[in-house]
Amino acid sequence: MFIKIFFLQIYSQIRSLYLIFCNIFQASETRLYPEESLKLSSRYRGRIVLTRTKTGEERCVACGLCAAVCPVSCISLQKTEDKTGRWRSEFFRINFSRCIFCGLCEEACPTLAIQLIPDVELGDYEYKNLIYEKKDLLISGTGKYDDYDYYSFSGVTLKKTKIKKFFHKKKNVDIKSLLP
Amino acid sequence: MIFFSILTNFLYKFFIIFIVLICIIFCASMLSIVERKFLAYFQNRIGPNRVGWNGWLQLLADGIKILFKEDWIPPFSDQYIFCIAPLISFLTLLFVLFTIPIKKNFFIVDLNIGILFFFMMTSISVYGILLAGWSSQNKYSLLGAIRASAQMLSYEIFLGLSTMGVIAQSGSFNLIKIINSQKIIWNVIPQFFGFITFFIAILAICHRHPFDQPESEQELSDGYHIEYSGMKFGMFFIGEYISMITGASMITILFFGGGNGPIFPEYVWFILKTFFCILFFILCRASLPRPKYIHVMKFSWRICLPLTLLNLFFTAFFILYFKK
Ligand code: SF4
Ligand code: SF4
Repeated sequence: MFIKIFFLQIYSQIRSLYLIFCNIFQASETRLYPEESLKLSSRYRGRIVLTRTKTGEERCVACGLCAAVCPVSCISLQKTEDKTGRWRSEFFRINFSRCIFCGLCEEACPTLAIQLIPDVELGDYEYKNLIYEKKDLLISGTGKYDDYDYYSFSGVTLKKTKIKKFFHKKKNVDIKSLLP
Repeated sequence: MIFFSILTNFLYKFFIIFIVLICIIFCASMLSIVERKFLAYFQNRIGPNRVGWNGWLQLLADGIKILFKEDWIPPFSDQYIFCIAPLISFLTLLFVLFTIPIKKNFFIVDLNIGILFFFMMTSISVYGILLAGWSSQNKYSLLGAIRASAQMLSYEIFLGLSTMGVIAQSGSFNLIKIINSQKIIWNVIPQFFGFITFFIAILAICHRHPFDQPESEQELSDGYHIEYSGMKFGMFFIGEYISMITGASMITILFFGGGNGPIFPEYVWFILKTFFCILFFILCRASLPRPKYIHVMKFSWRICLPLTLLNLFFTAFFILYFKK
Protein backbone atom coordinates (compact mmCIF):
# COMPACT_ATOMS: atom_id res chain seq x y z
CA MET A 1 0.00 0.00 0.00
CA PHE A 2 2.76 2.39 0.98
CA ILE A 3 4.59 1.63 -2.23
CA LYS A 4 1.49 2.21 -4.29
CA ILE A 5 0.88 5.60 -2.68
CA PHE A 6 4.52 6.48 -3.11
CA PHE A 7 4.50 5.77 -6.82
CA LEU A 8 1.18 7.54 -7.27
CA GLN A 9 2.63 10.62 -5.62
CA ILE A 10 5.70 10.52 -7.80
CA TYR A 11 3.48 10.14 -10.83
CA SER A 12 1.40 13.14 -9.81
CA GLN A 13 4.54 15.27 -9.38
CA ILE A 14 5.80 14.33 -12.82
CA ARG A 15 2.40 14.92 -14.29
CA SER A 16 2.18 18.39 -12.83
CA LEU A 17 5.66 19.14 -14.17
CA TYR A 18 4.50 18.03 -17.60
CA LEU A 19 1.26 19.99 -17.49
CA ILE A 20 2.99 23.17 -16.42
CA PHE A 21 5.56 22.70 -19.16
CA CYS A 22 2.79 22.42 -21.75
CA ASN A 23 1.63 25.89 -20.71
CA ILE A 24 4.65 27.39 -22.40
CA PHE A 25 3.05 26.80 -25.79
CA GLN A 26 -0.19 28.53 -24.90
CA ALA A 27 -1.03 32.14 -25.41
CA SER A 28 -0.79 34.43 -22.45
CA GLU A 29 -3.88 35.46 -20.53
CA THR A 30 -2.54 38.87 -19.61
CA ARG A 31 -4.16 41.86 -21.23
CA LEU A 32 -1.74 44.69 -21.81
CA TYR A 33 -4.05 47.35 -20.43
CA PRO A 34 -2.77 50.75 -21.46
CA GLU A 35 -1.95 49.52 -24.96
CA GLU A 36 -5.11 47.45 -25.28
CA SER A 37 -8.32 49.26 -24.47
CA LEU A 38 -10.46 48.04 -21.61
CA LYS A 39 -13.65 46.16 -22.31
CA LEU A 40 -15.65 46.29 -19.11
CA SER A 41 -19.18 45.04 -18.68
CA SER A 42 -21.84 47.72 -18.25
CA ARG A 43 -22.38 46.47 -14.70
CA TYR A 44 -18.79 47.24 -13.77
CA ARG A 45 -18.60 49.65 -10.84
CA GLY A 46 -16.49 52.64 -11.77
CA ARG A 47 -16.98 56.41 -11.74
CA ILE A 48 -20.21 57.67 -10.21
CA VAL A 49 -22.60 59.90 -12.15
CA LEU A 50 -25.85 61.68 -11.34
CA THR A 51 -28.40 61.16 -14.07
CA ARG A 52 -31.45 62.98 -15.35
CA THR A 53 -34.84 61.80 -16.46
CA LYS A 54 -35.85 61.59 -20.08
CA THR A 55 -37.27 65.06 -19.89
CA GLY A 56 -33.98 66.45 -18.71
CA GLU A 57 -34.91 66.94 -15.06
CA GLU A 58 -32.54 66.03 -12.27
CA ARG A 59 -33.49 62.72 -10.76
CA CYS A 60 -31.91 63.25 -7.36
CA VAL A 61 -34.36 64.31 -4.63
CA ALA A 62 -31.68 64.87 -1.98
CA CYS A 63 -33.08 62.24 0.34
CA GLY A 64 -29.59 61.52 1.62
CA LEU A 65 -29.97 57.75 1.57
CA CYS A 66 -26.81 57.32 -0.46
CA ALA A 67 -24.79 59.39 1.99
CA ALA A 68 -26.25 57.40 4.87
CA VAL A 69 -25.43 54.02 3.38
CA CYS A 70 -21.96 54.86 2.16
CA PRO A 71 -19.54 52.81 4.27
CA VAL A 72 -16.71 55.31 3.94
CA SER A 73 -18.88 58.43 4.17
CA CYS A 74 -17.58 60.01 1.02
CA ILE A 75 -20.84 61.54 -0.17
CA SER A 76 -21.93 64.85 1.23
CA LEU A 77 -24.99 66.79 0.07
CA GLN A 78 -27.35 69.51 1.12
CA LYS A 79 -31.05 69.68 0.46
CA THR A 80 -32.99 72.69 -0.88
CA GLU A 81 -36.58 73.05 -1.97
CA ASP A 82 -38.15 74.37 -5.15
CA LYS A 83 -41.13 76.74 -5.16
CA THR A 84 -43.24 73.76 -6.09
CA GLY A 85 -42.02 71.87 -3.08
CA ARG A 86 -39.80 69.53 -5.00
CA TRP A 87 -36.56 68.63 -3.27
CA ARG A 88 -33.23 68.90 -4.97
CA SER A 89 -29.64 69.02 -3.83
CA GLU A 90 -27.95 72.35 -3.29
CA PHE A 91 -24.55 70.79 -3.52
CA PHE A 92 -23.61 67.23 -4.07
CA ARG A 93 -20.03 66.18 -3.49
CA ILE A 94 -18.30 62.82 -3.83
CA ASN A 95 -14.75 62.35 -2.68
CA PHE A 96 -13.39 59.78 -5.12
CA SER A 97 -10.16 59.43 -3.23
CA ARG A 98 -12.15 57.74 -0.48
CA CYS A 99 -14.81 55.96 -2.50
CA ILE A 100 -14.33 52.19 -2.56
CA PHE A 101 -16.71 51.65 -5.49
CA CYS A 102 -18.88 49.27 -3.52
CA GLY A 103 -22.03 50.32 -5.31
CA LEU A 104 -24.17 50.53 -2.15
CA CYS A 105 -25.23 54.08 -2.96
CA GLU A 106 -26.63 52.92 -6.28
CA GLU A 107 -28.60 50.18 -4.56
CA ALA A 108 -29.96 52.55 -1.93
CA CYS A 109 -31.08 55.32 -4.24
CA PRO A 110 -34.87 55.28 -4.69
CA THR A 111 -34.84 57.50 -7.78
CA LEU A 112 -32.00 55.74 -9.61
CA ALA A 113 -30.23 59.07 -9.78
CA ILE A 114 -26.83 57.93 -8.62
CA GLN A 115 -25.26 55.35 -10.89
CA LEU A 116 -21.89 53.73 -11.24
CA ILE A 117 -20.60 53.51 -14.79
CA PRO A 118 -17.76 51.41 -16.17
CA ASP A 119 -15.16 54.15 -16.30
CA VAL A 120 -12.19 53.40 -14.09
CA GLU A 121 -9.60 55.81 -15.39
CA LEU A 122 -9.74 58.24 -12.51
CA GLY A 123 -6.06 58.66 -11.73
CA ASP A 124 -4.82 62.08 -10.70
CA TYR A 125 -1.80 63.61 -9.06
CA GLU A 126 -3.71 65.64 -6.50
CA TYR A 127 -6.31 64.57 -4.01
CA LYS A 128 -8.04 67.89 -4.47
CA ASN A 129 -8.91 67.06 -8.06
CA LEU A 130 -10.66 63.89 -6.99
CA ILE A 131 -13.40 65.72 -5.12
CA TYR A 132 -16.18 65.88 -7.69
CA GLU A 133 -18.82 68.57 -7.35
CA LYS A 134 -22.36 68.40 -8.65
CA LYS A 135 -21.47 69.95 -11.99
CA ASP A 136 -18.84 67.25 -12.53
CA LEU A 137 -21.17 64.47 -11.52
CA LEU A 138 -24.31 65.49 -13.33
CA ILE A 139 -24.69 64.13 -16.83
CA SER A 140 -27.33 65.05 -19.34
CA GLY A 141 -28.42 61.52 -20.16
CA THR A 142 -30.43 58.91 -18.35
CA GLY A 143 -27.58 56.56 -17.64
CA LYS A 144 -28.29 52.87 -17.47
CA TYR A 145 -32.05 53.09 -16.87
CA ASP A 146 -33.83 54.77 -19.68
CA ASP A 147 -37.54 55.02 -18.85
CA TYR A 148 -37.58 55.31 -15.08
CA ASP A 149 -39.05 58.50 -13.69
CA TYR A 150 -39.65 58.63 -9.96
CA TYR A 151 -41.79 61.74 -10.19
CA SER A 152 -44.21 60.10 -12.57
CA PHE A 153 -45.74 58.10 -9.72
CA SER A 154 -44.68 59.90 -6.57
CA GLY A 155 -43.92 63.31 -5.20
CA VAL A 156 -45.64 66.49 -4.15
CA THR A 157 -46.68 67.77 -7.56
CA LEU A 158 -48.46 64.65 -8.63
CA LYS A 159 -52.23 64.18 -8.84
CA LYS A 160 -53.75 61.03 -7.41
CA THR A 161 -55.42 59.81 -10.57
CA LYS A 162 -52.14 59.43 -12.35
CA ILE A 163 -50.68 57.24 -9.64
CA LYS A 164 -53.52 54.81 -9.98
CA LYS A 165 -53.01 54.67 -13.68
CA PHE A 166 -49.33 53.98 -13.27
CA PHE A 167 -49.77 51.14 -10.81
CA HIS A 168 -52.50 49.75 -12.98
CA LYS A 169 -50.12 49.58 -15.88
CA LYS A 170 -47.20 47.95 -14.14
CA LYS A 171 -48.69 45.52 -11.71
CA ASN A 172 -45.95 43.01 -11.30
CA VAL A 173 -43.12 45.28 -10.21
CA ASP A 174 -41.13 43.80 -7.36
CA ILE A 175 -41.00 46.81 -5.08
CA LYS A 176 -38.85 45.08 -2.46
CA SER A 177 -35.88 44.49 -4.70
CA LEU A 178 -33.27 47.18 -4.87
CA LEU A 179 -31.65 45.62 -7.89
CA PRO A 180 -32.35 47.14 -11.28
CA MET B 1 63.60 38.77 -16.40
CA ILE B 2 62.13 35.87 -14.51
CA PHE B 3 60.42 38.28 -12.24
CA PHE B 4 58.96 40.03 -15.25
CA SER B 5 57.61 36.83 -16.78
CA ILE B 6 56.08 35.86 -13.44
CA LEU B 7 54.46 39.26 -13.24
CA THR B 8 52.96 39.05 -16.75
CA ASN B 9 51.80 35.53 -16.06
CA PHE B 10 50.17 36.70 -12.87
CA LEU B 11 48.57 39.64 -14.62
CA TYR B 12 47.27 37.38 -17.37
CA LYS B 13 45.72 35.02 -14.83
CA PHE B 14 44.29 37.93 -12.93
CA PHE B 15 42.75 39.29 -16.12
CA ILE B 16 41.15 35.94 -16.95
CA ILE B 17 39.77 35.58 -13.45
CA PHE B 18 38.38 39.09 -13.58
CA ILE B 19 36.66 38.49 -16.92
CA VAL B 20 35.19 35.21 -15.75
CA LEU B 21 33.99 36.79 -12.54
CA ILE B 22 32.25 39.62 -14.36
CA CYS B 23 30.69 37.15 -16.79
CA ILE B 24 29.43 34.92 -14.00
CA ILE B 25 27.92 37.75 -12.00
CA PHE B 26 26.31 39.20 -15.10
CA CYS B 27 24.88 35.80 -16.06
CA ALA B 28 23.61 35.26 -12.54
CA SER B 29 21.81 38.56 -12.44
CA MET B 30 20.51 38.07 -15.96
CA LEU B 31 19.20 34.73 -14.78
CA SER B 32 16.79 36.52 -12.47
CA ILE B 33 15.16 38.12 -15.50
CA VAL B 34 15.23 34.85 -17.43
CA GLU B 35 13.61 33.12 -14.52
CA ARG B 36 10.88 35.71 -14.23
CA LYS B 37 10.23 35.49 -17.95
CA PHE B 38 10.04 31.72 -17.96
CA LEU B 39 7.92 31.58 -14.82
CA ALA B 40 5.55 33.93 -16.56
CA TYR B 41 5.42 31.75 -19.65
CA PHE B 42 4.79 28.66 -17.54
CA GLN B 43 1.87 30.42 -15.89
CA ASN B 44 0.42 31.98 -19.04
CA ARG B 45 1.55 35.45 -18.08
CA ILE B 46 3.83 37.85 -19.92
CA GLY B 47 6.30 38.81 -17.24
CA PRO B 48 8.40 41.97 -17.10
CA ASN B 49 7.95 43.72 -20.45
CA ARG B 50 8.38 47.43 -19.84
CA VAL B 51 12.11 48.14 -19.79
CA GLY B 52 13.87 47.65 -23.09
CA TRP B 53 12.82 45.25 -25.81
CA ASN B 54 10.31 42.89 -24.21
CA GLY B 55 11.72 43.67 -20.79
CA TRP B 56 15.22 42.35 -21.32
CA LEU B 57 16.73 45.51 -19.84
CA GLN B 58 14.83 44.99 -16.59
CA LEU B 59 18.16 44.06 -15.06
CA LEU B 60 19.28 47.65 -15.42
CA ALA B 61 16.27 48.95 -13.56
CA ASP B 62 16.63 46.35 -10.82
CA GLY B 63 20.33 47.09 -10.53
CA ILE B 64 19.77 50.80 -10.16
CA LYS B 65 17.07 50.22 -7.60
CA ILE B 66 19.13 47.83 -5.51
CA LEU B 67 22.27 49.97 -5.68
CA PHE B 68 20.57 53.13 -4.53
CA LYS B 69 18.43 51.65 -1.82
CA GLU B 70 19.33 52.56 1.73
CA ASP B 71 21.64 49.93 3.13
CA TRP B 72 20.17 49.68 6.57
CA ILE B 73 21.77 47.66 9.34
CA PRO B 74 19.26 47.12 12.11
CA PRO B 75 20.59 48.56 15.38
CA PHE B 76 19.37 45.55 17.34
CA SER B 77 21.32 43.10 15.20
CA ASP B 78 24.71 41.53 15.64
CA GLN B 79 26.37 43.90 13.24
CA TYR B 80 29.59 42.14 12.21
CA ILE B 81 27.92 38.82 11.62
CA PHE B 82 25.07 40.60 9.92
CA CYS B 83 27.52 42.04 7.39
CA ILE B 84 29.56 38.86 6.94
CA ALA B 85 26.61 36.56 6.27
CA PRO B 86 25.70 37.76 2.76
CA LEU B 87 29.38 37.61 1.80
CA ILE B 88 29.56 33.98 2.82
CA SER B 89 26.53 32.93 0.89
CA PHE B 90 27.65 34.98 -2.12
CA LEU B 91 31.22 33.76 -2.28
CA THR B 92 31.15 30.11 -1.33
CA LEU B 93 29.44 28.74 -4.39
CA LEU B 94 31.15 31.34 -6.57
CA PHE B 95 34.46 29.72 -5.61
CA VAL B 96 33.18 26.40 -6.87
CA LEU B 97 32.56 27.88 -10.29
CA PHE B 98 36.31 28.57 -10.59
CA THR B 99 37.05 24.86 -10.49
CA ILE B 100 34.59 24.00 -13.22
CA PRO B 101 36.13 23.16 -16.59
CA ILE B 102 34.02 24.71 -19.30
CA LYS B 103 36.43 23.39 -21.90
CA LYS B 104 39.04 20.70 -21.32
CA ASN B 105 41.72 23.34 -21.05
CA PHE B 106 39.74 26.34 -19.90
CA PHE B 107 39.48 26.54 -16.17
CA ILE B 108 40.93 28.70 -13.47
CA VAL B 109 42.05 26.02 -11.06
CA ASP B 110 42.29 22.32 -11.77
CA LEU B 111 41.69 20.69 -8.41
CA ASN B 112 42.36 17.05 -7.91
CA ILE B 113 39.64 17.05 -5.30
CA GLY B 114 37.09 18.95 -7.42
CA ILE B 115 33.99 17.26 -6.05
CA LEU B 116 35.19 17.33 -2.46
CA PHE B 117 35.77 21.05 -2.80
CA PHE B 118 32.20 21.40 -4.01
CA PHE B 119 30.89 19.47 -0.99
CA MET B 120 32.99 21.59 1.31
CA MET B 121 31.68 24.83 -0.12
CA THR B 122 28.06 23.72 -0.02
CA SER B 123 28.43 22.90 3.66
CA ILE B 124 29.93 26.31 4.30
CA SER B 125 27.24 28.10 2.32
CA VAL B 126 24.65 27.05 4.90
CA TYR B 127 26.50 29.18 7.44
CA GLY B 128 25.67 32.25 5.41
CA ILE B 129 21.98 31.62 5.91
CA LEU B 130 22.39 30.45 9.47
CA LEU B 131 24.36 33.50 10.52
CA ALA B 132 22.06 35.85 8.62
CA GLY B 133 18.99 34.42 10.30
CA TRP B 134 20.58 34.38 13.72
CA SER B 135 22.20 37.79 13.65
CA SER B 136 19.20 39.78 12.46
CA GLN B 137 17.36 39.07 15.72
CA ASN B 138 14.03 38.48 14.14
CA LYS B 139 11.69 35.59 14.81
CA TYR B 140 10.99 34.93 11.17
CA SER B 141 14.59 34.99 10.11
CA LEU B 142 15.53 32.72 13.01
CA LEU B 143 12.86 30.25 11.95
CA GLY B 144 14.21 30.42 8.42
CA ALA B 145 17.71 29.73 9.65
CA ILE B 146 16.53 26.78 11.70
CA ARG B 147 14.79 25.38 8.69
CA ALA B 148 17.89 25.87 6.58
CA SER B 149 19.96 23.86 9.01
CA ALA B 150 17.28 21.19 9.26
CA GLN B 151 17.30 21.00 5.50
CA MET B 152 21.06 20.69 5.47
CA LEU B 153 20.73 17.70 7.78
CA SER B 154 18.42 16.15 5.24
CA TYR B 155 20.29 16.68 2.02
CA GLU B 156 23.91 16.41 3.09
CA ILE B 157 23.62 12.72 3.84
CA PHE B 158 22.72 11.69 0.38
CA LEU B 159 24.47 14.48 -1.51
CA GLY B 160 27.85 12.81 -1.08
CA LEU B 161 26.61 9.29 -1.55
CA SER B 162 24.75 10.10 -4.74
CA THR B 163 27.95 11.16 -6.48
CA MET B 164 29.97 8.23 -5.17
CA GLY B 165 28.77 6.03 -8.01
CA VAL B 166 30.11 8.51 -10.54
CA ILE B 167 33.39 8.78 -8.69
CA ALA B 168 33.72 5.02 -8.46
CA GLN B 169 33.14 4.70 -12.20
CA SER B 170 35.71 7.26 -13.15
CA GLY B 171 38.09 6.43 -10.34
CA SER B 172 38.87 10.05 -9.58
CA PHE B 173 37.62 13.15 -7.82
CA ASN B 174 38.96 15.31 -10.62
CA LEU B 175 36.20 16.89 -12.67
CA ILE B 176 38.09 16.62 -15.97
CA LYS B 177 38.71 12.95 -15.45
CA ILE B 178 35.04 12.47 -14.66
CA ILE B 179 34.13 14.19 -17.92
CA ASN B 180 36.59 12.04 -19.82
CA SER B 181 35.17 8.87 -18.33
CA GLN B 182 31.81 9.63 -19.94
CA LYS B 183 33.02 9.48 -23.54
CA ILE B 184 31.02 6.34 -24.30
CA ILE B 185 27.85 6.90 -22.36
CA TRP B 186 26.65 9.73 -20.17
CA ASN B 187 26.39 8.94 -16.51
CA VAL B 188 22.65 9.64 -16.41
CA ILE B 189 21.86 6.19 -17.73
CA PRO B 190 24.05 3.93 -15.62
CA GLN B 191 23.72 6.19 -12.59
CA PHE B 192 20.08 7.11 -12.93
CA PHE B 193 19.16 7.00 -9.24
CA GLY B 194 22.34 8.81 -8.40
CA PHE B 195 21.27 11.50 -10.86
CA ILE B 196 17.81 11.86 -9.37
CA THR B 197 19.03 12.12 -5.81
CA PHE B 198 21.82 14.49 -6.79
CA PHE B 199 19.32 16.65 -8.59
CA ILE B 200 17.11 16.81 -5.51
CA ALA B 201 20.14 17.64 -3.38
CA ILE B 202 21.14 20.43 -5.74
CA LEU B 203 17.63 21.87 -5.57
CA ALA B 204 17.92 21.84 -1.80
CA ILE B 205 21.38 23.42 -1.85
CA CYS B 206 20.18 26.31 -3.96
CA HIS B 207 17.09 26.64 -1.73
CA ARG B 208 14.97 26.54 -4.81
CA HIS B 209 11.34 25.59 -4.84
CA PRO B 210 10.13 23.11 -3.68
CA PHE B 211 12.91 23.17 -1.06
CA ASP B 212 12.81 26.84 -0.19
CA GLN B 213 11.63 26.39 3.39
CA PRO B 214 14.22 28.85 4.75
CA GLU B 215 12.75 31.54 2.55
CA SER B 216 9.10 30.54 2.19
CA GLU B 217 7.74 33.92 1.30
CA GLN B 218 4.19 33.06 2.26
CA GLU B 219 4.72 32.02 5.88
CA LEU B 220 8.02 33.60 6.88
CA SER B 221 7.84 36.59 4.56
CA ASP B 222 11.33 35.97 3.16
CA GLY B 223 12.84 34.06 6.06
CA TYR B 224 16.50 34.59 6.72
CA HIS B 225 16.98 37.77 4.69
CA ILE B 226 13.96 39.63 6.02
CA GLU B 227 16.07 42.37 7.64
CA TYR B 228 18.40 42.84 4.69
CA SER B 229 18.11 45.66 2.24
CA GLY B 230 20.06 47.29 -0.53
CA MET B 231 23.16 45.62 -1.82
CA LYS B 232 23.31 43.07 1.01
CA PHE B 233 19.98 41.72 -0.08
CA GLY B 234 21.25 41.85 -3.64
CA MET B 235 24.16 39.64 -2.65
CA PHE B 236 21.81 37.03 -1.25
CA PHE B 237 19.70 37.35 -4.33
CA ILE B 238 22.52 36.99 -6.83
CA GLY B 239 24.15 34.38 -4.62
CA GLU B 240 21.09 32.22 -5.09
CA TYR B 241 21.41 32.44 -8.85
CA ILE B 242 25.14 31.79 -8.71
CA SER B 243 24.45 28.67 -6.71
CA MET B 244 21.91 27.72 -9.35
CA ILE B 245 24.55 28.06 -12.07
CA THR B 246 27.03 26.11 -9.98
CA GLY B 247 24.55 23.36 -9.29
CA ALA B 248 23.47 23.11 -12.89
CA SER B 249 27.03 22.96 -14.17
CA MET B 250 27.86 20.33 -11.53
CA ILE B 251 24.96 18.23 -12.80
CA THR B 252 26.18 18.74 -16.35
CA ILE B 253 29.68 17.62 -15.49
CA LEU B 254 28.79 14.66 -13.31
CA PHE B 255 25.88 13.23 -15.25
CA PHE B 256 25.69 14.74 -18.72
CA GLY B 257 29.26 14.45 -19.87
CA GLY B 258 30.30 18.08 -19.47
CA GLY B 259 31.20 19.52 -22.86
CA ASN B 260 31.12 16.22 -24.71
CA GLY B 261 28.94 16.31 -27.77
CA PRO B 262 29.04 16.21 -31.55
CA ILE B 263 29.43 19.04 -34.08
CA PHE B 264 29.48 22.08 -31.82
CA PRO B 265 32.50 23.10 -29.80
CA GLU B 266 32.70 22.02 -26.20
CA TYR B 267 31.71 25.22 -24.49
CA VAL B 268 28.52 25.49 -26.54
CA TRP B 269 27.46 22.06 -25.40
CA PHE B 270 28.39 22.87 -21.84
CA ILE B 271 26.41 26.10 -21.78
CA LEU B 272 23.44 24.48 -23.50
CA LYS B 273 23.29 21.60 -21.05
CA THR B 274 23.67 23.91 -18.08
CA PHE B 275 20.95 26.14 -19.42
CA PHE B 276 18.58 23.22 -19.79
CA CYS B 277 19.29 22.17 -16.22
CA ILE B 278 18.49 25.68 -15.05
CA LEU B 279 15.31 25.65 -17.10
CA PHE B 280 14.31 22.47 -15.34
CA PHE B 281 14.95 24.17 -12.00
CA ILE B 282 12.62 26.95 -13.06
CA LEU B 283 10.02 24.46 -14.21
CA CYS B 284 10.19 22.77 -10.81
CA ARG B 285 9.66 26.13 -9.17
CA ALA B 286 6.65 26.84 -11.33
CA SER B 287 4.91 23.56 -10.76
CA LEU B 288 5.71 21.88 -7.47
CA PRO B 289 4.27 22.91 -4.10
CA ARG B 290 6.47 23.30 -1.05
CA PRO B 291 6.42 20.49 1.52
CA LYS B 292 6.96 20.95 5.25
CA TYR B 293 10.57 20.66 6.24
CA ILE B 294 9.77 17.63 8.36
CA HIS B 295 8.51 15.92 5.25
CA VAL B 296 11.66 16.84 3.38
CA MET B 297 13.68 15.25 6.15
CA LYS B 298 11.52 12.14 6.15
CA PHE B 299 11.75 11.89 2.38
CA SER B 300 15.49 12.24 2.30
CA TRP B 301 16.27 9.82 5.14
CA ARG B 302 13.73 7.19 4.24
CA ILE B 303 13.81 7.25 0.47
CA CYS B 304 16.80 9.08 -0.93
CA LEU B 305 19.38 7.60 1.44
CA PRO B 306 18.43 3.96 0.78
CA LEU B 307 18.18 4.73 -2.91
CA THR B 308 21.70 6.15 -3.07
CA LEU B 309 23.05 3.29 -0.98
CA LEU B 310 21.46 0.78 -3.33
CA ASN B 311 22.83 2.67 -6.29
CA LEU B 312 26.31 2.69 -4.81
CA PHE B 313 26.03 -0.99 -3.97
CA PHE B 314 25.11 -1.97 -7.50
CA THR B 315 27.76 0.28 -9.02
CA ALA B 316 30.37 -1.35 -6.82
CA PHE B 317 29.09 -4.77 -7.76
CA PHE B 318 29.30 -4.07 -11.48
CA ILE B 319 32.72 -2.51 -11.26
CA LEU B 320 34.05 -5.48 -9.34
CA TYR B 321 32.41 -7.96 -11.67
CA PHE B 322 33.55 -6.46 -14.96
CA LYS B 323 36.92 -5.07 -14.04
CA LYS B 324 38.01 -7.92 -11.80
S1 SF4 C 1 -28.65 60.34 -5.25
FE1 SF4 C 1 -30.43 59.10 -4.76
S2 SF4 C 1 -30.11 58.43 -2.65
FE2 SF4 C 1 -28.66 60.10 -3.03
S3 SF4 C 1 -29.72 61.92 -2.31
FE3 SF4 C 1 -30.17 61.78 -4.49
S4 SF4 C 1 -32.07 60.63 -4.58
FE4 SF4 C 1 -31.28 60.32 -2.52
S1 SF4 D 1 -19.76 53.40 -4.28
FE1 SF4 D 1 -19.76 52.90 -2.09
S2 SF4 D 1 -18.07 54.10 -1.28
FE2 SF4 D 1 -18.49 54.97 -3.29
S3 SF4 D 1 -19.91 56.63 -2.86
FE3 SF4 D 1 -21.17 54.84 -3.29
S4 SF4 D 1 -21.57 53.94 -1.27
FE4 SF4 D 1 -19.87 55.38 -1.02
